[in-house]
Amino acid sequence: MADNLNVEKEPLFSKKNIGLVKDPLVDNNPVTVQVLGICSALAITAELKASVIMALSVIFVLAAGNVLISLLRNLIPPSIRIIAQLVVVAALVIIVDLTLKAYVPDLAKKLSVFVGLIITNCIIMGRFEAFALGNGPWKSFLDGVGNAAGYGLILVIVGFFRELLGSGKLFGFPVFGDPVEKTGLYALGYENNGFMLLAPMALITLGLIIGFQRSRNKSLIETN
Amino acid sequence: MGLKQNLHNLKEKYRGTKFEQGFNALHTFLYLPNTTTHGGTHVKDATDLKRVMNTVIMAMIPVLIFGMFNAGYQHYLQINGTAEFLTMDNFIIGLKKVVPMLLVSYGVGLGIEFIFATVKKHEVEEGYLVTGMLVPLIMPVDLPLWMLAVAVAFGVVIGKELFGGTGMNILNPALTIRAFLFFNWAAWMSGDKVWVHGAVDGVKKISGTDAISGETVLGALAANKPLPENWDAMNSFLGFIPGSIGETSTLLILVGAAFLILTGIGSARIMLSAVIGAAVMGLIFNGIVDANVITESSKFYSLMNFPFWQHLLVGGIAFGIVFMATDPVSAAQTSTGKIIYGFLIGFFSILIRVFNPAYPEGVMMAILLLNVFAPTIDHYVVQANVKRRMKRLKVKTT
Repeated sequence: MADNLNVEKEPLFSKKNIGLVKDPLVDNNPVTVQVLGICSALAITAELKASVIMALSVIFVLAAGNVLISLLRNLIPPSIRIIAQLVVVAALVIIVDLTLKAYVPDLAKKLSVFVGLIITNCIIMGRFEAFALGNGPWKSFLDGVGNAAGYGLILVIVGFFRELLGSGKLFGFPVFGDPVEKTGLYALGYENNGFMLLAPMALITLGLIIGFQRSRNKSLIETN
Repeated sequence: MGLKQNLHNLKEKYRGTKFEQGFNALHTFLYLPNTTTHGGTHVKDATDLKRVMNTVIMAMIPVLIFGMFNAGYQHYLQINGTAEFLTMDNFIIGLKKVVPMLLVSYGVGLGIEFIFATVKKHEVEEGYLVTGMLVPLIMPVDLPLWMLAVAVAFGVVIGKELFGGTGMNILNPALTIRAFLFFNWAAWMSGDKVWVHGAVDGVKKISGTDAISGETVLGALAANKPLPENWDAMNSFLGFIPGSIGETSTLLILVGAAFLILTGIGSARIMLSAVIGAAVMGLIFNGIVDANVITESSKFYSLMNFPFWQHLLVGGIAFGIVFMATDPVSAAQTSTGKIIYGFLIGFFSILIRVFNPAYPEGVMMAILLLNVFAPTIDHYVVQANVKRRMKRLKVKTT
């Protein structure tokens, strides 16, 4: 609340504000550093397209939700704030769900329950609790975009490897050739890695990303 | 100047550089290390990790040779209808198939071990010597080598090095490699096309009646097909059936088991309790069939009706129990724990075998599953012991 007082003096894109977006992308990534939102990261990343749609949905829900909660923060009694937050997320998720069903029905079917489960994505409740309840709308918006983008970034990376190695495609476009007609790489005897399409391999891919990140940035390594 | 002296000199030359570990490993692999432990009293024994590993490899040599013959034998048996077993042709087919697999397995696996040792600056560990030998023995004969290489790299890096290398892995590395292959390229690791050399090509080239069938006993049973006459119990015991390269001959696996037990390296507890576990599960299934709960219309009928002792002769269960369940790193460590661990491996092997036709051989899954539970089993065994002794203490003091 304290920095609410001097919010007038701060330029719109001050270093601190940009940090709100930049930090959660890498150094404080909600998935790889805080290890939140893992379930959906494992469940829907078998295809790049689904990952991107999921990332965009979460960016929308988290950014809009953060702004709404931030605006309401002085009206919500602390004792029932979780319920109030849930109402906000639920409303936004329903908007996303209906939009997807209307415009990309195939993909909506594939994402199935996981769009609805954005409600329970720990990142969203976490940001509401940790940030939006104590900061102004603009900062909350930036924080929401940053965290959701950090989540989306990991989703897209995992989705990229899983779709490329698992089905030999990117966004549904066959990169390695046709596995049935045996063209391109398949003519040399290459075959798709079916394991990449299963959830365990998503977990291992995620683990490798976390390991890689921590090997580059030693300050992230826990010391317990 | 002999090779040994040369290696000594090279080792001295590279001491302190990046390649120290690599040369050290080569040197100690071929000769005794020229350093001794300083101070203290030590048990004098020639057994070190390398000797343990080499003993296990020796125990596997018979099944390896047999596997090479069998690879050719099954091939010609399918083509000609009859075949001699001990012919040069058979051996050459086996040689052509198995030796490249061995080379890939050792080349990739040891290569990664050397790289890790160099980067992490620790000694090259000997753990891969056994894994590298096990890997070709548990593969179907026509597996493409690049798949094997990818799987070995995965198994060694993810299954072993990430946990801290030899002695720290929670899963058996060879089975990690096999499980990876199985889930990644299931078409090459299961089904009725891959277990006889030439069957994959044969199906492609020859259509209709001449196609080679590459089915295993378990595959046929899972599909409720009648077994051919030459797959009787005796042939399953001696090993004249199709299957992964090294697992068909139960007789030679028993020879290996005896060797491992006599040298004190393999745990007889695990082996025996696993056999009992498998027999118990097999008897339960046989009993269910005898009680007419399951009739011939059930898709599990053939596997359930298969005599329990014959379950032990077909598939990889004998090989798994002898060479993989006994892996001292990933198995349970306590004596009681070993019995529970072994029993459950046998029990689950047959259970998975019967109820999941997608995995006609359950021993891989059973061992990996129990590998994960081994520390838990040990924990409770130790706790039970603590409790028992506390009770005794209380009785004494009161």
